[in-house]
Amino acid sequence: MIPRHLTIGVAVMVVLALAMSFYVSMMRGHVDRNEAVATSTQPVSPPPTGPSEQVTLYVADDEAGALHAETARIPLPSGRQERAEELLRALLNIYMGKSSPHVLGPGSEVRNVYLVDPGLAVVDLNAAFADGHRSGVLVEQLTIASLLGTLSSNIPGVTHLKVLVDGKERDTLAGHLDLSGLFEDAEVGQMTAELGTMR
Amino acid sequence: MANYSLPVAQRNGADYVGLLEILEPLGTVSAKASGSRWKFRYENTECEFTAGKSQARVRGSDFDLSGNFLLENGRGLVPLASSNLLLSRILGGPVTLDISARRLFIGNVAVHFTAQVTKTDPEKLVINFTAPVNPSIATEPGKLRMVFSHEPVVSPGAQSLTFDSKKIPSATFQENNGLAELTIASTGPVMANFSNDGRTITIAPPSSSPSAQAPQIPAQSPNPPSTLLGSTNSVVPGARHYFAVVDASHGGDERGAALSTNLAEKDVTLALARHLRQELETRGLPTLLVRDADTTLTPDQRAGMTNAAGAAVYICVHATSQGTGVRVYTALSRSTGQNRGPFIDWDTAQNAFLDNSQTAANGMAAELRLKQIFVRSLAVPLRPLNNIMTAAIAIEVAPNSSDVAQLNSDAYQDLITGAVAAGIADVRGKLQAALK
Repeated sequence: MIPRHLTIGVAVMVVLALAMSFYVSMMRGHVDRNEAVATSTQPVSPPPTGPSEQVTLYVADDEAGALHAETARIPLPSGRQERAEELLRALLNIYMGKSSPHVLGPGSEVRNVYLVDPGLAVVDLNAAFADGHRSGVLVEQLTIASLLGTLSSNIPGVTHLKVLVDGKERDTLAGHLDLSGLFEDAEVGQMTAELGTMR
Repeated sequence: MANYSLPVAQRNGADYVGLLEILEPLGTVSAKASGSRWKFRYENTECEFTAGKSQARVRGSDFDLSGNFLLENGRGLVPLASSNLLLSRILGGPVTLDISARRLFIGNVAVHFTAQVTKTDPEKLVINFTAPVNPSIATEPGKLRMVFSHEPVVSPGAQSLTFDSKKIPSATFQENNGLAELTIASTGPVMANFSNDGRTITIAPPSSSPSAQAPQIPAQSPNPPSTLLGSTNSVVPGARHYFAVVDASHGGDERGAALSTNLAEKDVTLALARHLRQELETRGLPTLLVRDADTTLTPDQRAGMTNAAGAAVYICVHATSQGTGVRVYTALSRSTGQNRGPFIDWDTAQNAFLDNSQTAANGMAAELRLKQIFVRSLAVPLRPLNNIMTAAIAIEVAPNSSDVAQLNSDAYQDLITGAVAAGIADVRGKLQAALK
C-alpha cells in the first residue's frame, strides 16, 4: 500500500510540471513576437504631435509606372521642418508596408529634411535607401518625383530641392537619375505631371 | 580607328589590365579558361597564359610577363608594365606605353604640335597639330586649359614652353591618367579658336574677332576619370560626318541594373546599340558608337565625344526588367545657366536643342507605336542628356512580356532598334535642318 503522503507529493509534482510547461510555452510566444518587431524594417513613426490635416501625397505605383495624387489626413506638427519630415515619413510608411505599391529596400529612411531660406529644401536619405534602391530610369524617377512632389505641394515657399544620401552629395540614386544638381520647383512639377498621366 | 579607355586594376601592388578588353575593339578575339590555363586568340594569333605564372606562350614562343598572370572569373589580367611588349608581339607592330601617364599608343599615331606667338596686334599664340584635335577647354583667371582625352597628343619635347610675349608668356604640357593637358598662361582673358579642320588652335584676347567657323566650346570643367588607361591607335573624332551618335549606357566597372542573375544592363545596352547602329546605317545615317566594348566612361566623356562629333542626334540606350515596352526620354528643361560668349554652360547645354530633341522623340514614339510597342515619353534628369549640344534622346527598353531574357534576343532587339531607327529616319530632314 502506497503511503498517503507519497501520493499527495506525486500529485503536487505533476501539477507543478504542467504549470511550468504552460509558462514556458507562453514565454516562447512572447519572444517570437519581440523578434518579429526587432527585425521589422518599417521606419518607426514618432507619436502624433499635432492636429490631423489633409495633405496630398504623390504615391508611386510600379504596376502603372505612374504617380497617384492621394489625399490623406495625418497629424502634423506646427514647425515647417517637422511637417516636411512627417510628410515624407507618411509616404515611406506606405512604401514600407506589406502591400507596397513601390517597394523600397529594407531599412530605407529619410534621415532629415532641412528647409533653408530662401526656398531650398534638402532631403537627406539614409545609405540603405539609395544602396537598396532598384536600378532603372523610371523606377528611380518615380521615387524622387514622389518625395519631392509631396514636399513641394504641401510646404509653401519651396522653390528648389536637393537630395543628399547620408549627408553627402551623390551622382545618381541607383545608377540613373541625376542627383548632382538642384531640382527646381518647376522641374518637379513637370515630372509629377508627366508621371501622373499615361502617355 | 579607335580610341578607348580601360579600367586599371590594382593587384598585389601592381597595375593590371584585361587583355581581352584591350584587343576587343581592334579585331576578333576569343578566350577560353580551362582550370588555371587561359587560351586567348586574337585574329590568327594564339596565346596561352597560366594563372599565377609569369611565363606565357605567344605565337608559339615563350614570353615573360613582368608579373604573374591573373585569372579572375574567366577574365585574364596582365601586368600593365608588360602590355606594350605583349601587344607588340601579338599585333606585330609598334606599341608605345607611357606608364606614368597611363597612355598606350598602338601604331605610329602620336599627334605632335608646335606653338609660337605671332607678333601681330594683339599677339596670338598659334598651335599647329599634325592631326585634327578637339580638346575640352576651360578657362580660369590667367589660364586656359585644353584637355585632350581622345587624341594621342604628345609632349613637344619640354614640359614648359616660354614665349616672347607679355600677354601669353608660357605654356605647360602634362600627361596624367590617360589624359594630356596643355595649359596656356596669360595676363588677360583669352579665347581659343579652331581652324584648318581642327589642326590649328589660335589663342588670342577676345577683342580679336573669332573666325566665323569657330565652334562654340562648352566651358566644362574636365573631370578626369580615376582609373583609366588612355589607349588609341588613331583618333579623329568628328573627322567623319556622323548623323547619329549612339551611346550604350554603363559599361566596364559600371554594370548598370542587374536585369537577371546573369544579365547585366551594360551588356544588353551594348548589344542594342550595335543593332541600332546597323539599323541607322542601313537607312543611310552614318552612326558613331560612343563605346563599342566593355569600357568605363564618365558622363562628361560621353558628352564630350558626342559634342565633338557634331551629329544631328544623340541616342542613349538603357535597358530594364521592370515594366513593358520602351520609354523615350528627353532632358528636363532647366533654367539657362550663365553662358559667356562662345562658352556654353555645361549643365544646361541641351536647353537650346530641346525642341529638336522633342522632334526626335516624337518620331521614335510614332514608329514604335506603329509596331504595337507600348511607348511612354517623359522628361528626366538623366546625364549626360543635359550636356549634349544636339537633339538628345534616351530610350529605356523593357521586355514586351514577363520574360526578361527577351531583352537579349536578336529578334526583340531588331524589332525595337528597327522602329527607333525608322523614327529617326522619318525626321532626318528636320534634325539636319536644325543642325545648320
